[in-house]
Amino acid sequence: MAQPLIETKALKKYFKSPSGSLHAVDGVSLKIDKGQTLGIVGESGCGKSTLGRVIIRLLEATAGEVLFEGKNILKYNRNQMRNMRKEMQIIFQDPYASLNPRMTLSEIIAEPIKVNKLLKNRAEIEKRVTKLMDTVGLAQRLINSYPHELDGGRKQRIGIARALAVEPKFIVCDEPVSALDVSIQAQILNLMMDLQEEMGLTYMFITHDLSVVKHISDEIAVMYLGQCVEKAPSDQLFQNPLHPYTKALLSSIPLPSLKNKGNKRDIIKGEVTSPINPPPGCRFAPRCPHATEECMVRDIELIKAGDEHFAACRLYGRGFDAE
Amino acid sequence: MSQTLLNIKNLYVNYETDEETVRALNGVNLKLNKGEMLGLVGETGAGKTTTALSILKLLPKDIGIITNGQIEFDGKDLTKLKEAELRNIRGERISMIFQDPMTSLNPVLTVGEQIAEVIELHKTLDKKQIESKVNEMLELVGIPAKRKKEFPHQFSGGMKQRVIIAMALSCDPELLIADEPTTALDVTIQAQVLNMMEELKHKLNTAMLLITHDLGVVAQICDKVAIMYAGEIIESGTAEDIFEAKEHHPYTVGLFGSIPNLIEKTNRLKPILGLMPDPTDLPQGCKFHPRCPQCMEICRKVHPDDRQTETHTIKCHLYK
Ligand SMILES: Nc1ncnc2c1ncn2[C@@H]1O[C@H](COP(=O)(O)OP(=O)(O)OP(=O)(O)O)[C@@H](O)[C@H]1O
Ligand SMILES: Nc1ncnc2c1ncn2[C@@H]1O[C@H](COP(=O)(O)OP(=O)(O)OP(=O)(O)O)[C@@H](O)[C@H]1O
Ligand SMILES: [Mg+2]
Ligand SMILES: [Mg+2]
Repeated sequence: MAQPLIETKALKKYFKSPSGSLHAVDGVSLKIDKGQTLGIVGESGCGKSTLGRVIIRLLEATAGEVLFEGKNILKYNRNQMRNMRKEMQIIFQDPYASLNPRMTLSEIIAEPIKVNKLLKNRAEIEKRVTKLMDTVGLAQRLINSYPHELDGGRKQRIGIARALAVEPKFIVCDEPVSALDVSIQAQILNLMMDLQEEMGLTYMFITHDLSVVKHISDEIAVMYLGQCVEKAPSDQLFQNPLHPYTKALLSSIPLPSLKNKGNKRDIIKGEVTSPINPPPGCRFAPRCPHATEECMVRDIELIKAGDEHFAACRLYGRGFDAE
Repeated sequence: MSQTLLNIKNLYVNYETDEETVRALNGVNLKLNKGEMLGLVGETGAGKTTTALSILKLLPKDIGIITNGQIEFDGKDLTKLKEAELRNIRGERISMIFQDPMTSLNPVLTVGEQIAEVIELHKTLDKKQIESKVNEMLELVGIPAKRKKEFPHQFSGGMKQRVIIAMALSCDPELLIADEPTTALDVTIQAQVLNMMEELKHKLNTAMLLITHDLGVVAQICDKVAIMYAGEIIESGTAEDIFEAKEHHPYTVGLFGSIPNLIEKTNRLKPILGLMPDPTDLPQGCKFHPRCPQCMEICRKVHPDDRQTETHTIKCHLYK
């Protein structure tokens, strides 16, 4: 069997907060095969960005494992980690805040090459920067521009070029197109898919835009309050969502047509569980129409509910049938 | 009957920087009735935020200049009001949710303190009432009330945005200007926010100018839609006109084509080719002509006029 490029095992990240321990990521186990895209969706604040940052060790995990080509990189020391940095990159949501305003476009793209000492010769670096600009569709005349002189789409292209500069195998894309309008978003998504095809890149694609995630992902993981509640191939998730939270999520998508206008929006009722010292049990139970007392006793694990389809809900597996 | 609340007439705004003049708005006309929701849609750089900032007179001082036009709010021309008069209107009668939520939050105050501050400013309530209003507003945007003691940096991007929304909605404005209020939110929270906005409209007859690039959101809650390109409204009308009528500006057609389709599987998206023109150097004729798949000879030379049919207005030479 093919070895996954990235695998997390019971990964946890807790933050200290004024009123206790905040479980931002609480036992997430995922796999991403080489050359594939795993989409991550979920409520804002459910831990998507934290998960991405912990996987590439921009944040230190509280517990669990992150395997890269089978090796637990959380055990790596500084030196070993320095080599790993080349393999894993991140593209941030906010192209405005994530680029140094005092650096020119070519300096920004060259920086990771210099920091990782991939090329030392100036001419070589310049050549590589030129090539990268070409790859992501940035005109050469912009080479000495500063980020504030460019629009959002071009800034995000710089972010992509910077991530590609070290020829990584794995890229965490944290809402890379959320700040862009639809036509520029489409240009960037096409570019990312082309690059993946050409270079065999593996993506973890974080977004709350479900039409985007469906378009770009092979598999999708749905998170709720720090935990993965459902995981399935992209088409299957949309055709046959199982977890009540996923169902609520998919039925809330505003479609660009007037057909459903005036229909009452389905709002998930009930109180949101706080991620601070959460009680055991399904985190969604207080808002779930199917919840029983049993749901609140202990944490619910992901259960195989179909070919490659997993859901963390007592409605599936162990004698419970889907409605 | 419908009463006009906001009427923007032939508005021109320039940004005068050291080297150049950016022509951000080039004759914008917009009308908003009481209790109505207007969606303002368009690409990056179209001038949406500039329109919003002009209404509140919050354009960057000495740089952003209204060179022509009027902005009537409840019959008064805002462009002629003094700063002191404007201050009364801002926040009290017109409330704005800014595009960049990070800059509107104070990093050294807790989230709860910041919401309380707004409520205190606009309502006469005692301490306990304020406290419970803060809790209510937080829960309304899906944040457990006990997290009010935390600071903005402890919140995720979308949670910060929800705090801003809670602040803007807690002072019951007559006009709410919301600049991309739900872009950082997932659809379930977004649905809650949209419901709150609709409630506000029904309870208090609040009018809303909703700036967004999400045509889905527009379809769900807006009564009217205006599509902006290079500082002009190139198409406007009722939601039915924009989503269901046959005739459209080619730019509107392109916008719809760029949205990933949830139902059909497509290999690659079809974005509008090219970019918005440089606002320091706008093309002659129709400003969209360099990107327009249906560009004709006349489009390169002559600026198109509005063609109005009942409620639907299109600025394009295809329609006469
Ligand atoms: N530096 C931090 N200190 C304390 N708490 C934090 C910190 N960063 C994140 N959190 C908390 O961790 C949880 C998860 O945050 P995260 O940013 O991962 O969410 P997210 O899913 O990316 O949300 P969004 O969609 O809004 O970006 C939130 O409750 C947040 O308040
Ligand atoms: N302070 C400024 N100085 C110079 N030019 C500016 C300034 N603010 C905005 N502009 C320019 O004015 C034009 C309109 O900008 P505006 O922010 O109104 O667009 P927008 O439609 O809100 O775009 P977005 O979707 O990216 O928010 C753009 O070309 C922009 O670069
Ligand atoms: Mg995030
Ligand atoms: Mg804007």
